[in-house]
Amino acid sequence: MEALEIARWQFGITTVYHFIMVPLTIGLGLLVAVMQTLWYRTGQDHYLRMTKFWGKLFLINFIVGVATGLVQEFQFGMAWSEYSRFVGDVFGAPLAMEALLAFFVESTFLGLWIFGWGRLPRLVHLLSLWTAVLASVFSAYFILVANSWMQHPVGVEMVDGRPVMVDAWAVFTNNTALVAFPHTLFGCLAVAGAFLLGISWYHLWKRRHDGLDTLGPDGKVVVGAGSGARDAADHTVWLRSARAGALVAMIAFAGTGITGDLQGKLMFDQQPMKMAAAEAACHDGTGFSILSVGNLGAQSCDDITAVIEVPGVLSFLANGDFTTEVKGVNTLLPEYQEKYGTHLPDDPMYGELAGSEIDYLPVMEVTYWGFRIMIGFGAIAAAASAAALWVLRRGTVPESRWLMRLAVFGILAPFGANIAGWVFTEMGRQPFVVAPNPDPTGIDGVFMFTAAAVSPGVSVPELVTSLVLLTLVYAALLVVEVKLLFTYVRGGTASAMPELAHSDDPDGTGGSHDGRKDDGDVLAFAY
Amino acid sequence: MTEALPTLWFVLIAVLWCGYLFLEGFDLGVGMLMKLMARNDTQRRVLLNTVGPVWDGNEVWLVTAVGATFAAFPYWYASLLSALYLPFLLVLLGLIFRAVGFEWRGKRHSDAWRNGWDWAIALGSFAAAAGIGAALALTTTGLPLNENGDRVGGAFAWATWPALLGAAAVVLFCLVHAAAFIALKTDGGVRRQADRLFRRLLPVAMLPFLGWALLVQLDTGSVLTWLAVVAAAAGLTAAYRFSAVGRDGRAFAALGLAMLALVGSIFGAVFPVVLPSTVDPAFDLTVQNASSSPYTLGLMSIVACFGVPLVLAYQAWTYWVFRRRVSESSIPPAHAVTAL
Ligand code: HDD
Ligand code: HEM
Ligand code: HEM
Repeated sequence: MEALEIARWQFGITTVYHFIMVPLTIGLGLLVAVMQTLWYRTGQDHYLRMTKFWGKLFLINFIVGVATGLVQEFQFGMAWSEYSRFVGDVFGAPLAMEALLAFFVESTFLGLWIFGWGRLPRLVHLLSLWTAVLASVFSAYFILVANSWMQHPVGVEMVDGRPVMVDAWAVFTNNTALVAFPHTLFGCLAVAGAFLLGISWYHLWKRRHDGLDTLGPDGKVVVGAGSGARDAADHTVWLRSARAGALVAMIAFAGTGITGDLQGKLMFDQQPMKMAAAEAACHDGTGFSILSVGNLGAQSCDDITAVIEVPGVLSFLANGDFTTEVKGVNTLLPEYQEKYGTHLPDDPMYGELAGSEIDYLPVMEVTYWGFRIMIGFGAIAAAASAAALWVLRRGTVPESRWLMRLAVFGILAPFGANIAGWVFTEMGRQPFVVAPNPDPTGIDGVFMFTAAAVSPGVSVPELVTSLVLLTLVYAALLVVEVKLLFTYVRGGTASAMPELAHSDDPDGTGGSHDGRKDDGDVLAFAY
Repeated sequence: MTEALPTLWFVLIAVLWCGYLFLEGFDLGVGMLMKLMARNDTQRRVLLNTVGPVWDGNEVWLVTAVGATFAAFPYWYASLLSALYLPFLLVLLGLIFRAVGFEWRGKRHSDAWRNGWDWAIALGSFAAAAGIGAALALTTTGLPLNENGDRVGGAFAWATWPALLGAAAVVLFCLVHAAAFIALKTDGGVRRQADRLFRRLLPVAMLPFLGWALLVQLDTGSVLTWLAVVAAAAGLTAAYRFSAVGRDGRAFAALGLAMLALVGSIFGAVFPVVLPSTVDPAFDLTVQNASSSPYTLGLMSIVACFGVPLVLAYQAWTYWVFRRRVSESSIPPAHAVTAL
């Protein structure tokens, strides 16, 4: 393998990995903040338990997001130095702002929240969490501004062959970023919703399995009580969490659909080849393919047949009507070749690819299926959530072990949708790392081929070393994280609130955590 | 005015590195002392909890220093990080292990688990400190770069004496700085141990840092930067004295200020070169030829003007909230999670 390919694999692996943690951090963070707000306002014990339990899982996951995010910040310079030199003037700014305006706030206030239980006044403690969570939302905005500029360069002028920022407002209000931001946030909420639903389902099931909850003659739940934390309030914790999760997942899917439609429309203007590849649409037309067969990976349009096609839908996605023809790959290819050349320049900056023919068609297998997996997994999660809400009207879940497993596995669906969405976005942009925009609102002529972006001074063995080490370490971390999550999930609320496990008086526990501790007690929480 | 912007950003990036070394300096040191000083699990937890609420915030100083370099001096960012590919990989792995170690160590009840994470924290902190030290020393003493700013001479071309000196300087500084910090933040046996350790380490631990500063001064020092080195030496003497009479707070501050003076003297002396090329001085990256456009620098200046003071304010508040000393008696018993 050559340096370019290794660097691409490394970027893909590390970023996808980072984006497993990030949506859960953002989505769950928001939900935990709402839970704590409810506790603050009502003082009800089950809200405190929800805050503590989900907060614990949030923290176990958060730290891996931090650890993997660090790599992101460095790898542009390490592996993509030519890219960094080319885009630095405009791309560095949102990254630096993300650190200065978002990460500082996030990490500092999260520290206050974790260690501030019982030490900070209750309102200040609650606001610390909100501050941290909103900062993580902000960080998503900044990073999406950076990424959107790669999809749709705006606000720059070419000076000495290099884009130089001339209009920061245009960069920070890039229409690509303004729709990617809510779309991504909804994607994060979909993850958090499914997470709440799956885990709460497990606990409701376990309570039935252990004989605590039963069904009464009217088919409704009769809540029982076990020892320690498994009292009647425990049932409320899981039922509320499950319902909230299902609702959030459904709303989030609707949100991704609406914003995704807007993204699609922009994309048809800004990166027509990406959308054509997403549809495996070779010829101009109006139909949306539900199933296309043939050799999608063949990098040519010769043997692809749309088996099932819905006429008009593609036009709707692109233009909002049912009749305008949308350009297919066969029309677009010559346009790209005419504008950006048929061959890469014979310049050493292109490495081994110098002078070779440019392939403007992204890997269609990936774009076609990436797009469909994103939507499909999202839709599955939403439909399952609707069904779950219906089932939960009895106040509990069926005794079926299989349904429980399905609910737990279902947690993976929105994660899959997120990953598929990103892989589609990033691989659909190839062969460019900064995509040229024929669209009049972007600046045409600002673009960079991925082949030119990689660090010229870095050797293949170095890249292999980092690729192997990072991949192995990441894999190990993922295994440990999932194991830890399982342990804490199995432990139930008592795993996050030891006082519940030892208490003989479950109802009296709520009062002991609120308010300040007395001065002699230094640590309300300790590592 | 536009001429002054790159200089302003050079100063700002030096400030960010100062903030990083001052703040994360002690938590990297605390990480290493988990294995070097603490004698039992309770003592280790005391150490961890002195930095528990703040270490992540401290680490963001690094993220910001690197991000600001990207925004303000993209050529510096690109050349330094790609030339030092393997050292930065080591730093990243170190920071990864350390971060998850902090958060996960207490999440399971087994000696092997805790011991494993203790090593991860200690070695991770060591690797991060050493790598950062080497990188900072090299950006002030030079790397073999060609006219495009790319490294020549292979994957280990950076492995030189200045790199080693810088690594030793930062690792040892972190250790004494952490000893001073622990003496300030704990009570009881741990405090006494840290206090003794501080005075034992101080006379030797800052020598590599002084050596690095002198190396740079001998090359390009000015009267002002030499004065800063002298001030640093005075600060180190004062730190020892303060510690000997039991003034923990002042000892900690004096050592920290001495380090800041040294960093100031180093960055001050190399200005306006941000990354010298040992191949040909014509290839040096300087404040002028490595910087972003005046427009970008102006925008970032506005953001920094209100961002940096804000960060300082709320981080200071955090230290105030968690100002109490931690001791072995304040550590609650460990809690085991059991499946229902
Ligand atoms: C749970 C996650 C999720 C779900 C259910 C959806 N998406 Fe999505 N999608 C993402 C998660 C995502 C993402 C990971 O967040 C992406 C990657 C880049 C981005 O901005 O968001 C994305 C990108 C993305 C793009 C932009 C591609 C680009 O920028 O190149 C389009 C056109 C869509 N999506 C369209 C849709 C449509 C029409 C959906 C219908 C329901 C949809 N997405 C559901
Ligand atoms: C600011 C945000 C981002 C930037 C600047 C960015 C930039 C890049 C760069 C430089 C590459 C390497 C060149 C290439 O092969 O295209 C790349 C590839 C890739 N990125 Fe992104 N990316 C960002 C966000 C993400 C996110 C959040 C994900 C997914 C979670 C992602 C997924 C990928 C993947 C899968 C590849 C590999 C594509 C391929 O091999 O062709 N990216 N991106
Ligand atoms: C590819 C470009 C990316 C870079 C350079 C990057 C950088 C970082 C860094 C340095 C951290 C650690 C912060 C700390 O120490 O506290 C981090 C964490 C985080 N990043 Fe990224 N990131 C990237 C992609 C993304 C994307 C696309 C998003 C969101 C849409 C995102 C959202 C976050 C969030 C919310 C955190 C907080 C902690 C967590 O992940 O659990 N990042 N990122």
